[in-house]
Amino acid sequence: MTTVTPQASSGAAPAAASLAHVKAAGWGKGLSILTRITVMAFRHPWQSGAAIGATFIASAFQLMIPRLLGQAIDEAQGIGAGGSLGVAAQDALLATALLLLGASVLRGLFTMVQNYYSEAVGHHIGYELRLACYEKIQRLSFSFHDGMHSGDLITIGLLDLEGVRMYFSTALVRMIFLSVLIGIGAYLLISTDVLLGLLALSFVPFVGWRSSVAQLRLRATWLDLQERLQVLTRVMEENLGGIRVVRAFAAQAHEMEKFETASLSALTLAHQRVGIRVANTSAMTLSFFAAMGLVLWVGGTKVMAGEMTVGTLASFLTFMTILQMPVRQLGLMVNAFARASTCGARLFGLLDLEVAIKDKPKAPALIVREGTLRFDNVGFAYPSAPDNRVLDGISFEARRGETIGIVGPPGSGKSTIAHLIPRFYDVTQGRITIDGQDIRDVTLQSLRRSIVVVPQDSFLFTTTIENNIAYGDPWARENQIARASESAQLHNYVLGLPSSYGTVVGERGVSLSGGQRQRLTIARAVMLKPAVMVFDDSTAAIDAATEQRIRGAMRRYASDRVTLIVAHRLGSLMHADRILFVENGRIVEEGTHQQLLALGGRYKALHDLQIRPGDDALAG
Amino acid sequence: MAEEMETERADVREDGRRPPRAVVGSHRIEEEIFGKVFDRNIIARIWDFVRPYKKKVALAVVAVLVFTAMQLAIPLIIRHAIDNGMQPGGDRAALVSAIIAFGVAILVNFAASYAQETLVGNVAEDVLFDIRRAMFHHLQRVSLSFMDKTEVGRLMSRLQGDVNSMQEFLETSVLSVGDITLLIGIVVVMLYLDFYLGLLTLSALPILFIVRLFWLPVARKSFMAAHESNSVASGALAEAIHGVRAVQGMDRQAVNFTLFDDKARTNLNNHLHAARLAQVMVPIVDTLTGIAMALVIVVGGARVLNQALDVGVMVAFLFYIQRFFDPIRSLTLQYSVMQRAMASGQRLTDVLDVRVDIEDKPDAKVLSPDMDGSVEFRNVVFGYNPKHPVLKNVSFRVNPGETVALVGPTGSGKSSCMSLIHRFYEVQQGAVLVGGHDVRDLTQESLGRQIAMVLQEPFLFTGTVFENIRYHKTEATREQVIEAAKAVGAHDFIMRMPDGYDSLLGQRGGNLSLGQRQLISFARALVADAKILVLDEATANIDSYTEMLIQKALVKLLQGRTGLVIAHRLATIREADRIIVLQNGELIESGNHAELMRNDRLYARLYNLNYASFDDIPEDVIDKAAVASTT
Repeated sequence: MTTVTPQASSGAAPAAASLAHVKAAGWGKGLSILTRITVMAFRHPWQSGAAIGATFIASAFQLMIPRLLGQAIDEAQGIGAGGSLGVAAQDALLATALLLLGASVLRGLFTMVQNYYSEAVGHHIGYELRLACYEKIQRLSFSFHDGMHSGDLITIGLLDLEGVRMYFSTALVRMIFLSVLIGIGAYLLISTDVLLGLLALSFVPFVGWRSSVAQLRLRATWLDLQERLQVLTRVMEENLGGIRVVRAFAAQAHEMEKFETASLSALTLAHQRVGIRVANTSAMTLSFFAAMGLVLWVGGTKVMAGEMTVGTLASFLTFMTILQMPVRQLGLMVNAFARASTCGARLFGLLDLEVAIKDKPKAPALIVREGTLRFDNVGFAYPSAPDNRVLDGISFEARRGETIGIVGPPGSGKSTIAHLIPRFYDVTQGRITIDGQDIRDVTLQSLRRSIVVVPQDSFLFTTTIENNIAYGDPWARENQIARASESAQLHNYVLGLPSSYGTVVGERGVSLSGGQRQRLTIARAVMLKPAVMVFDDSTAAIDAATEQRIRGAMRRYASDRVTLIVAHRLGSLMHADRILFVENGRIVEEGTHQQLLALGGRYKALHDLQIRPGDDALAG
Repeated sequence: MAEEMETERADVREDGRRPPRAVVGSHRIEEEIFGKVFDRNIIARIWDFVRPYKKKVALAVVAVLVFTAMQLAIPLIIRHAIDNGMQPGGDRAALVSAIIAFGVAILVNFAASYAQETLVGNVAEDVLFDIRRAMFHHLQRVSLSFMDKTEVGRLMSRLQGDVNSMQEFLETSVLSVGDITLLIGIVVVMLYLDFYLGLLTLSALPILFIVRLFWLPVARKSFMAAHESNSVASGALAEAIHGVRAVQGMDRQAVNFTLFDDKARTNLNNHLHAARLAQVMVPIVDTLTGIAMALVIVVGGARVLNQALDVGVMVAFLFYIQRFFDPIRSLTLQYSVMQRAMASGQRLTDVLDVRVDIEDKPDAKVLSPDMDGSVEFRNVVFGYNPKHPVLKNVSFRVNPGETVALVGPTGSGKSSCMSLIHRFYEVQQGAVLVGGHDVRDLTQESLGRQIAMVLQEPFLFTGTVFENIRYHKTEATREQVIEAAKAVGAHDFIMRMPDGYDSLLGQRGGNLSLGQRQLISFARALVADAKILVLDEATANIDSYTEMLIQKALVKLLQGRTGLVIAHRLATIREADRIIVLQNGELIESGNHAELMRNDRLYARLYNLNYASFDDIPEDVIDKAAVASTT
């Protein structure tokens, strides 16, 4: 079994590959998702209340402005309150101007409140979801992560979360704002003059429709574009990462061709998107101005006929100007609803997952007395392939102070044995006990504190070496870290680094060789002084001489614990007290190195493969 | 260490518990985001990319100007309609002509905005892709010494982030031409319509300018902080995903959650702060708009009452006021875009300006596939840093069809030899000859075609097994590919994969074991069918079963070819026709296994140490052996 630990693709945008595969959720499901986000928003009653309240007030002041402007224009012509008498008319103008100023200031203030609080609610929801997401991802078991591309999880945790976060401000509050503005505005206009009101509003349905269609298409093509850019990114990244292969095969032309294909495909779509956007915005602008032209014409005729004042006409025109932007945003709002419901479906899908491996209710902590590890007729199949028995009838016992070696051909299941002990996966048959306690009956925390697996692929966190070594025990003392690092034969190397233990390693730090990484991972495990320590082929990249020194250092602790060594290099485990040869998920040979050699079976065959072939001089 | 211990003690918290020695999500070292606002050189370089589209750009600018003119004209037409057409007993013809003018204006406006947005949008995309292509193409040619010291992630951020900010810059620059014209246009028209009222109203403009001038740096700092904390929190999440097995294995969930909570909370607070700063501009702009309108009403209205001003002018003023804060807003934003673009442009030109130091000579010859396949080093001196040569006067010849193993401790210059055959680097003195020609006289392309290279770390591309084995030799048939795979013993495991040769490889062949990837890269070299094979044997431990396959494959691979192997395994070394032992960049002995054993120098000493591979020998032991062999 090879566990693949996907490395972060540096600098790349999170994979959007799977985005397109998620179809729009059905209406019912979509509604329940939106309700769920809405409920989250109203858990911040004051802030969401303030946002919605302010939305009403802001739109009310917004609606006053065209009327006041119209009124002012009429007053300037001597129509209205003050009549044409100089002083009175001027007073009326002053009063209107002050009202207008007041309305403007208040509109500004309440718009600020509306925008701020609706964003704030979104940020709070985002914060809560981020935590929930992080918590969930950390707890979900290995079998979940095996079947999930890390890029997809990142997409959910970043992009989908964003879609849900934006729902309150860009969908819900905007919807309220637009309804109030368009609704009351329409009422005001139509009640002033039915025909002119209808004309003034005539652009609203068209623009609203165009903008929604355009936004939904833009969103669909955006997802498509992301996928194409993803391909382009991959081509570039692999080319640069594998530049030596490219040069070695003189394949630059081939690579340029790959680049051109990917690039052209993305560019074509990018051009298409420009087309969609432009066609729609121009059409929307045209329809808006056409409506304005109609209002001007019909209104102008009415003014000439004395049926309407210039001020009223001006207020119609101003009103249209005010409505123009929000109506264009209808599309954004529709898009925000669509986005929130698809993103929410994925995000909540993740958050609602049941964690497969967890504590039983009221599980006690593991109590290690003798430290005896027992496999009792253990069988195992991965949840993804329940019919494929990876392990079958594995039984053995290991007591404190013992070292057990496990060896076998690739795919024999030897690594799986290592993964079962800390419950990375649960056995599907039989049981594993420590001092008689079934590991499924004790708390995971206590179990994983007592059992440490040094994995095949060493994962380094981008932080200092010190933090990396103390990963399992962040409260460790400086000298403990140094000691663990000495045991893993890493200390001298670290001291030679510019900032010794403070040197940052990992993805964005100093890069360590495979052997150094494995040594660091060993140091990390040694720190924890576990009752059972499992080396899962974790010395493959370490040269034999260093490995021998590590083994020497480990011997000091070995008497306090059970040591399990899974390896393919016999040199790593021939000193073990007992060696299990595993093949096709079963233990086929068992004994000490000498016994197994004497047996003349598979172990012996493997041994013969590994000694220097054809080296007769050695025998002498 | 002692120093650190002291700081550590000082760090003890009141409850006697030290803070954990832990972080989640590393702090990302951001690159300079803002540069100078205007840098003539960079503008010139960007212009080089825009030049092919200059007609379209000129057209776009014209369209922007026409569009702006229409934006200015519309309130004027309305004014005309009101003042001439709508006076009591007004002139019907004037209204009709105004409506017609309005109709024409909006159609022109439509055409202009359509043209402008299409042109600007498409040209910006084109230029973006052109810059990226130019960079990518350049990176295919720059020397490996540049690539060696530059992280892939860093280059990718140039190819993506920096290129994108160029696009943003191009789009907004054309639009800001429109903004500036609109601003000037509004000022001119207002002053023209009524100088006094215009002056009064426009007095609000500088206030907004000043306010934004003070606001911008503060706001930007806050936006940056929000952006940064967001990427830190995202980084922490990505880390949790990638490292989830280590996290669970070490039972770090609880500690990590607390640490993540801190990051997420900081991010929340930064975003709230940024939102507050962004929103504080809203009432300011609205208040200034209100003041301007109130001034027009009070002052302008009084003059209309006195018949000193047409009411249409007052209406036009009110319309303009509602528009005139927009260009200021976008212009101040444009300022940041410019700065960002200059910083990105600098980084782009840094990459584009990396000198291509290995180029084909103008009269470079094509290396014929019929050449004899010999390789010769003549007094080669080479160093990545010329002051510290890695190879010091190395000479040897590999005859056609011969297999030579290069042996020596780490740093002895083996890999450099391999790179020089392929002319990845240029020698400082002496010459490398392939097929009797100095590699500098050959085209790189033809040289590469005759040298197949297998690297220590097999690198596979995303795609199917078939595509990987064929790689750039697109004329290779399926039969040839399968034959090659069979020859190196990869056929069996390939057929066991779900779709055989059409199975998709995961990221960098992640679904295969190291040994399997190695075999695929052998098959790839076999399909390339070159006269010369250069191979860097893998040092990592491969399970013995696969190892056996690899050794067999190697024999197949070397058949009928000149082979140069950086050998780590004794089995490979012993079977070579000749062994060349390098130490500290000097050739110290050569000959076959038996000869070298008789020589009893470094090789014999190392061999007699009984290690399974030369790489397993600790450095101090090698040093001792070396000293012993020279004395």
